[in-house]
Amino acid sequence: MKQTLAKQLDAINEYEREPVPQSKLKGLKSFIGMYAGEHTAGTEFVIGPLFVVHGVTAPDLFLGLLVGNLLAVLSWAFLCAPIAVKTRLTLYFQLEKICGKYLVSGYNIVNALMFCFLAGSMIAVAATAVGIPFDIAMPGLEDMYPNSVGWMVTVFFVGAVITVVAILGYEQISRFANVCAPWMILVFIAAAFAVMPQLGITSVGSFWEVAQSRIWTGVPVEGFSKFTFWHVAFFAWFANMAMHIGMGDLSILRYAKKWQYGFASTTGMFLGHVIAWIASGILVAAASGAITPGPIAYNSAGIAGAICVMIAGWTTANPTIYRAGLAIQSIVPTVKRWKVTLVVGLVTTVAALFPALVMRLLDFVALYGLVLMPMGAIIFIDFYIIPKLGLRSNYASAVNSRFNIAAGVTWIATLLICLSLNYFQGIEIFFLGLPGWFIAATLYIMLSKVYQQKQTAPHIIREVSSSSF
Amino acid sequence: MQTILKILSFLGLALTIVPSLLVFSGVIELSFHKTLMLAGTLLWFFTAPFWLNKTKHPEAV
Repeated sequence: MKQTLAKQLDAINEYEREPVPQSKLKGLKSFIGMYAGEHTAGTEFVIGPLFVVHGVTAPDLFLGLLVGNLLAVLSWAFLCAPIAVKTRLTLYFQLEKICGKYLVSGYNIVNALMFCFLAGSMIAVAATAVGIPFDIAMPGLEDMYPNSVGWMVTVFFVGAVITVVAILGYEQISRFANVCAPWMILVFIAAAFAVMPQLGITSVGSFWEVAQSRIWTGVPVEGFSKFTFWHVAFFAWFANMAMHIGMGDLSILRYAKKWQYGFASTTGMFLGHVIAWIASGILVAAASGAITPGPIAYNSAGIAGAICVMIAGWTTANPTIYRAGLAIQSIVPTVKRWKVTLVVGLVTTVAALFPALVMRLLDFVALYGLVLMPMGAIIFIDFYIIPKLGLRSNYASAVNSRFNIAAGVTWIATLLICLSLNYFQGIEIFFLGLPGWFIAATLYIMLSKVYQQKQTAPHIIREVSSSSF
Repeated sequence: MQTILKILSFLGLALTIVPSLLVFSGVIELSFHKTLMLAGTLLWFFTAPFWLNKTKHPEAV
């Protein structure tokens, strides 16, 4: 078993600290399949219903999803992919070259923590399906804390299984997830079609009227804020902000033959997000407002629906826990990776016990993107702008620094400014990513000018900087 | 063999989606759709892993 695990870890660690060689590049098909699978996750069963709960109107939802997901695809294609295929480095190594080892360690801890919470929400989603045969009391919209012993036992059971699989079977589960992807998308669509007659939709022509009057009515549930077109568009754009604008997918797209493969994210955004969020919204309306994913899928698609929720939660929680383990392990390389993953799995499972994580998922996802976004802005500026200003790209690597103060201050200051805007000005977290990016970009340019002038030493050899694509 | 497996897999996917369209059209009941969907699910999972996903995907680390 040890040998198998070591082999798997070696495979994952390929080219962690060097560019991916030409012979290992992948074709477009790999990315189309991967994006479609990655973005049909357990959390989609929660996001769609939460739009309903927040009182989005049907026109706002459809237009918002169209605009937001289009912007997300363009962000992958024009911001992340071109840098990925020029450098062919992982996000972590690219950041280390710019920010230095210590700052990247800080980033990794925050990243791992975010991954834990994200995986926790997926475990909770899977648990709502596992608990169906045992008639376990599921948490409701208002529940912030665990509401029954049955719920806690179910979450612990699901969390334990997912953690063990994350330790032993990353490769297998990743392949299994790819097998599940086309089937899952069809289950989402089928479940929605099957309950449409219950809502009074008996023809394509009657859909729009019922959609406005019974599904996305524009009336939020008591205690939840009202969402508009802007909320939907910005949420759809920034739901994966950490991956595109935040540059997380440098690690994936570095395998792409061409930067245009960034457009492969279209499958994830439009087949995954758009269809899944619309379908799960319809299921909620058919379940008279109940939003617990397992039961609503079971009501509309029977056992296959419950299996879909379980698999959707499981297959996405698994690599997320694994990635969190990798992030932490890079900080403490002497500790065995399986031990790190075990601890990460435990933290994730404890987080999953709290329904607040699921019920406030939209806020958490927005916060997740916001926290990691400044580093994406730093990479972008470092790649395109810094060389044009006569400054050094990959500064930490060039001067052998372990902490690029300009990058560190940019990260912290951007977050403080954004959170202040949220706290003092009342600007909702969904809208802070866009101004936040420009704040981070401006700060990094200004601070780099000051910092690099102070730190310049004659022996430093300028690293090869990259030109625009 | 591969071809037969592929045909069965696509039959499984068809059984997953088509019954819901029949419910939508008022041809079959919701409960029958659930049974057919489960059959389609089983068919897919017992056949697709043998031919789908033979090539490795890029590492998502």
